[in-house]
Amino acid sequence: MLLITCPVCHAQGDETDFHCGGQAHIARPATTNPEGITDEQQSNYLFTRINPKGLQFERWRCDRGCGKWFNAARDTMTMEFKAFYGATELPPADVMKQAKGAWADYFKSRMKTSK
Amino acid sequence: MLKPRYSIFSLARNAISYHKDWERAWRSPQPKTEYDAVIVGAGGHGLATAYYLAKNHKMTNIAVVEKGWLGGGNTGRNTTIIRSNYLQDSSMAIYELARSLYEGLSQELNYNMMFSPRGVMMLCQTQHELRAFQRTAHANRLAGLDCRMITSAEVKEIVPIINDDANCRYPILGAFWQPRGGTGRHDAVAWGYARGADALGVDIIQNCEVTGIQRDGDHVVGLETSRGVIKTKKIGVVTAGNVSTVMDMAGVRMPIESQCLQALVSEPIKPVLGCVVMANTVHGYISQSDKGELVIGGGTDGYNNYSQRGSFPALEHTVTALVETFPIISRLRMLRQWGGIVDMTGDRSPIIGKTPVEGLYVNCGWGTGGFKAIPGSGFVFADTLANDRPHPIAEPFSLNRFSEGRLIDESVSAAVAH
Repeated sequence: MLLITCPVCHAQGDETDFHCGGQAHIARPATTNPEGITDEQQSNYLFTRINPKGLQFERWRCDRGCGKWFNAARDTMTMEFKAFYGATELPPADVMKQAKGAWADYFKSRMKTSK
Repeated sequence: MLKPRYSIFSLARNAISYHKDWERAWRSPQPKTEYDAVIVGAGGHGLATAYYLAKNHKMTNIAVVEKGWLGGGNTGRNTTIIRSNYLQDSSMAIYELARSLYEGLSQELNYNMMFSPRGVMMLCQTQHELRAFQRTAHANRLAGLDCRMITSAEVKEIVPIINDDANCRYPILGAFWQPRGGTGRHDAVAWGYARGADALGVDIIQNCEVTGIQRDGDHVVGLETSRGVIKTKKIGVVTAGNVSTVMDMAGVRMPIESQCLQALVSEPIKPVLGCVVMANTVHGYISQSDKGELVIGGGTDGYNNYSQRGSFPALEHTVTALVETFPIISRLRMLRQWGGIVDMTGDRSPIIGKTPVEGLYVNCGWGTGGFKAIPGSGFVFADTLANDRPHPIAEPFSLNRFSEGRLIDESVSAAVAH
C-alpha cells in the first residue's frame, strides 16, 4: 500500500485516494513547434517511456482531496517515495542527484539552468 | 542428443527403480564463447523461440540465457488462459496460430502441457460490453474463428454458480463464448519447450544475468553476462517486464511501461466451474484448476513497479468483483497470492521484430496476456530472427508502428483482461 501526501493541499492518504498519471516531465513538442516535429518525436512523446528499474519521476492526482496534479519521485523496486513536489517544479536537488540513466541525463542540463 | 521418450512404458520401467533413474530433462551447460544467436530470457516465449529456431531453421548453435531459473517469471505466474478471440485481424492471426499450435503441442514435444480446451466465456455485464463483444464475435466469424455470442440462459447452464439476478449492479446480459479456448499447464509449457530445445542442441544457461550488450557501430557483437562475455551477431530480447532495462543496454528506448499484475488461488474445492470466466467490466477472471483450486486474476496496479509484489487494493478490487459475480465463493480461503511484472504497450499489443540496432531483435509487450501466445510468438519470432525480416504474421507488430501510426488497438476491445 502506497502512502501519499499531496504537496498542494497536504492531504494524506493511500493509493486509492490518488491516481497515478504515469511518467512526469514530458513536454509536448508540438506545443512549441507544431510545424516542425517529426513522426519520431510525436511517437516518443506519446509512447516512449523511460520505465526505470529504480528511481522514477511520475505524476499523481489528488483524487479525493484538492483534485490537483502533482509530481512524485518513487523507487519502482522498493516503492519508497523520495519526494512530492509541484506539477511545474523540479524535484529537490538531492533527489535529482540520485537519478540514474535517462533521468540523470534529463536533470543534468536542468540543474545547471535552475542555478 | 536423442532423449528417451516419455510414455506409459518409460513410466513403468522407472517405477521398477523407484523413479530414481529418470534422466534430466535438460542439461546445464557452461556458456560457450560464441553462438550464432542468443535469446535473452528463458520464459515460455524465449524457449519457444529457441525450439523453433533449432527445429524449423536448423540453427542449433544457439543459447538461451536466463538471470533466474527457466519459467520463473511471468510464464510461471499467469492464470494459464488460452484464447484467440481478439478484435483486430493481426491479433487474431497470431493468437489463433498460438492456440492451434497448443492443440498438438503435447504430442509434438512429448511433454504433457495439459491443454484443456474447456471454453472461455467473456461475460457481457453492460449494454456497451454486449455490443462491443457482438462486434468482436462478427469479426472472429469473418476470420473463421469458432466463437459466438450466447444468451444469459446459456451462461447459467454452463456456469450454474453464477449470480443471474437481473436486478444486480452488473447483470449478466449474455456472453462471448470461445469453446476452443481454455487453459494449459503453464510450467509444463516452459519445461516442454526447454526439453525440446535442449534435445536439438540448444544451450539453456540459467543463473546468467545479462549486464551489457556490446555494439560495434550499429550492429551487435556480443553480450556481457554475469558468467562472462558471449560473442554473437544475433540477440533476441524476450524479457517481458525487464525489457526496457535490457534494451537500454543497447541504447534503444522502448514504448513500454512495467507494471505488476497479481493472481491468487483458493483452497481446493469440488468441481464447480467447468470453463474460464472473464468479467471484464468488473475486472476479474476465474477458472478452476485440475487440483480444484479457483485461479483468480484481475487488473494491473495503476503505476510502474518492478518488485513482483502487487498492491492490496488491486487484489481487493478483483476479489470484490468476483464475489459479486459468484456469491458461492465468498467464504473461500485464499492459499497463495503472487505478482508478475508485465510489459504494457500503449495499444496493448505486442512488439515483435527488428530494432534500429542491426542484429538486435525484440519480442515483448505481451502485457497481461502473453501465456496464450507462447507457441505462435516463438514460431514467428524464430522465423524473423533466422531470416532477418519480419514473418508475415509478426510484421504488423513491428516497433516502428508507433511512429507510423499503425496501432493495433486491443486496449478498447479487450478491456482489462487479456
